[in-house]
Amino acid sequence: MEIVGSRGKSSVSSAGDAFTDIQLYRSAPELEVRLEDFELYAVHRLRVLKGISDGLSRGKKPNEMEDLVNKLWEANMKRSEASEFINKDIISHFVLRLVYCREEELRKWFLSMETTLFRYRFQRESPEGQRALLAEFNLPYKAVSGAEYESVKDKLKQATRSTGQSLLSADTIFYKVPFEQVPDLVASRRVFILKGYAYVAMNQVVSLLVTQYRSNLSKALVLTNRKWTSMIREQEKDRLTPIVEALSTSYLGPDYSQPRECAEISLKDIDQVAKSSFPLCMRHLFEKLREDHHLKHGGRMQLGLFLKGVGLKLDDALAFWKAEFSRKVGAERFDKEYAYSIRHNYGKEGKRTDYTPYSCQKIISSTPGVGDHHGCPYRHFSEENLRAALNKMGVGNRAVEDVMDKVRSRHYQLACTLTFEAVHGASCDAGINHPNQYYIDSQKILESRQ
Amino acid sequence: MVREEFDNMGEDMVIDGAGTEQKPSSEFPDGFNANYLKIYYGKLFPYADMHKWMSYGNDGKHPGCDQSYFGRREFSFTLDNDIYLRFQSFNNVAELENAIKEKCPFKIDIGPVYSVDPAKRHAYAQSGDNIFTPVERELIFDIDISDYDDVRFCCSGADVCSECWPLMTVAIKVIDTALRVVVVVSIVGFVMVKQEGKGNENSLKKVTFAGRSLHPFLGRSYAEVLKDFFEEKYILSQNLFSDEERYEKILEMIPDESTTSELRGKWLDNKRSRDDINVVRWGQLKHMLQSGKQKVQGIHRSVEEIVFSFTYPRLDLEVSKHMNHLLKAPFCVHPKTGRVCVPIDPKHCEEFDPSAVPTLSKLLEELNMGASGTGGEEELENTSLGKSIRYFRSSFLQPLLKSCKEASNSRF
Repeated sequence: MEIVGSRGKSSVSSAGDAFTDIQLYRSAPELEVRLEDFELYAVHRLRVLKGISDGLSRGKKPNEMEDLVNKLWEANMKRSEASEFINKDIISHFVLRLVYCREEELRKWFLSMETTLFRYRFQRESPEGQRALLAEFNLPYKAVSGAEYESVKDKLKQATRSTGQSLLSADTIFYKVPFEQVPDLVASRRVFILKGYAYVAMNQVVSLLVTQYRSNLSKALVLTNRKWTSMIREQEKDRLTPIVEALSTSYLGPDYSQPRECAEISLKDIDQVAKSSFPLCMRHLFEKLREDHHLKHGGRMQLGLFLKGVGLKLDDALAFWKAEFSRKVGAERFDKEYAYSIRHNYGKEGKRTDYTPYSCQKIISSTPGVGDHHGCPYRHFSEENLRAALNKMGVGNRAVEDVMDKVRSRHYQLACTLTFEAVHGASCDAGINHPNQYYIDSQKILESRQ
Repeated sequence: MVREEFDNMGEDMVIDGAGTEQKPSSEFPDGFNANYLKIYYGKLFPYADMHKWMSYGNDGKHPGCDQSYFGRREFSFTLDNDIYLRFQSFNNVAELENAIKEKCPFKIDIGPVYSVDPAKRHAYAQSGDNIFTPVERELIFDIDISDYDDVRFCCSGADVCSECWPLMTVAIKVIDTALRVVVVVSIVGFVMVKQEGKGNENSLKKVTFAGRSLHPFLGRSYAEVLKDFFEEKYILSQNLFSDEERYEKILEMIPDESTTSELRGKWLDNKRSRDDINVVRWGQLKHMLQSGKQKVQGIHRSVEEIVFSFTYPRLDLEVSKHMNHLLKAPFCVHPKTGRVCVPIDPKHCEEFDPSAVPTLSKLLEELNMGASGTGGEEELENTSLGKSIRYFRSSFLQPLLKSCKEASNSRF
């Protein structure tokens, strides 16, 4: 795969199989990629994979997962031109291989998500598409037909019924596979075996292909890692390497740095709104600020930027913080020591960078110390404190248990999502990924009820 | 081609029933000792057949033959004073014969084929890499009669009688079908050998079937072998329903209280009938479970579950899994009983009578009464062992060698 500068254009790949768009990613393609597409495509694919990860952690059932995968794929990967679409698929996959080959944990995650993606895309394929892919895998399976099928038809039905699976349609295809290639199916008595061949139904073949796909990708990742460490990382240290290293930790949603026009917030509403629409992390900081009239640096950054994203104008922000801090340190000290950094956050000082509010990922990975109140309560609070805080928010007992369950399995964002759902009595399908998203979604719901 | 062996029977097998006939003024009273063994090894043990078998066609002059093959097979000898010799190996049939005649082992076991000659294994151990390792061995399915102790009431442990031996017959039939028809193994050997006895358990090991129908293979086993055996023979020979303790075990397997209470009530009545009480009660049980009036899920499978729990083959998984298991050699003599380990013909396994297997003393007696002791084929043929040897050759050895030859021909 050739990475070219901005002036280069992506060339058209071969049309691929007429029956299916699904790729097997056997080898890096002969394509040229623009540098900006290199990152962009990867980000889009990563959205799909993270969406899948989310769905799996939430325990979505197979049919729900299938819908989810389809939605994610349509939303992020579709392109107007078929050839471009396939290119994006291939390119994004290979870029992410670079990103996720570098550590064991990363490899495991990527393998798991890509395999799931493959499985659900495969299941949606037409029978012709599935057969075409089966052929591409080059496995020696023959479809059973005609007289042979007639002679074993009853036994096949019997075998299917014995597993408790739903009855197959009349035109389900069976494949004859040497029995020793499907030890799992044999051991769990899910296939009929005769003369050394197992008669495997199409939906069981999926498992085989998925296993094969997974195994191929796993080996490929190890090889990619070797190439990366021995050669690519150094070669690309000024161009691709920084992009690759940033991608695995990136947050992928909107950055909320520019609040929408109508989303203003005035100081007189702020207490009310904090109670109704702030996520727990910000609520806690807000309450502590009101209580102690002070917050340490980490807390000022986390809450300050959040408020900016919520729509608090600079002048209001200065007034807000001054009102609190001057009760502790006095107005002069506030002007001298704290005002500058608030203006800095709004891009009015120094570098003039407009800082973006922190995402959940960033907040969760922060390390609050003694006297700090920032971070993610679902991660950083003790169980006791968290329960108390949730009760104070009005979360019912049953929901609290569900939340604690997620916390114990370290799904902090899901815990927050469940909290959102309990507090608002409404579901949040997308899941919480950013405190400002929590706020916006909350306001939406409340407004729609007025 | 897959080569299979099928172990059978328990340790210290003692057979009640027909057993020992008293011969008038026998020169060879029943027993097992070094003298008997010497004669047996001198005149009857089939060295050439064993060698041919263990060579798997490699003892020829064909360019595809691996001359080292036989020499890489491990044999182990247990001697008179319990001295145990492992990693014995021989380059040809003469060495094998001489070693057995000389050492006169009480037990002979067959191990796997190793990567190198077992006798030379120490030379390779030094090099670090694990060069000395098993590379091939027969696939063994081992059935121990003592594993059925929870479902038989006539014997326990290593004991077997004519009432519970049929469990082995049933197992042979099921496995034979599995190997020949399902998996397509062409050459299968069933042999009666010994095995360590297992611990006893009182609780009945139960089989459970989910799903709306039985898997085809299970359905076939049930219809062709298990059902008739259970209904027509086993419930009668074991009095499964005439004894309260025994039928309670069966009732425990039914997941519906109301059904079991009703049956219990019926049976405590103890009504007399013309037909055998076991048959009557089994009929009542089946009727209640299969009548279709049942509300409890899956209860109509209870009938099959009961039959399978009692009769389906119980295998020792570990023996099949590991390559280094030592297989008791056929045509060896069992030290405790004096009986010879013989092959069983699966096609006629119902007629096989374990108590009629030739003993060492019987064979020596027959030798004595035959032509003057010149040894050789003719003598062997005329003993009770002759039948077993002929069967071994025609049904196992010859097809095996033919198959080996075809395999090596196709490689060239």
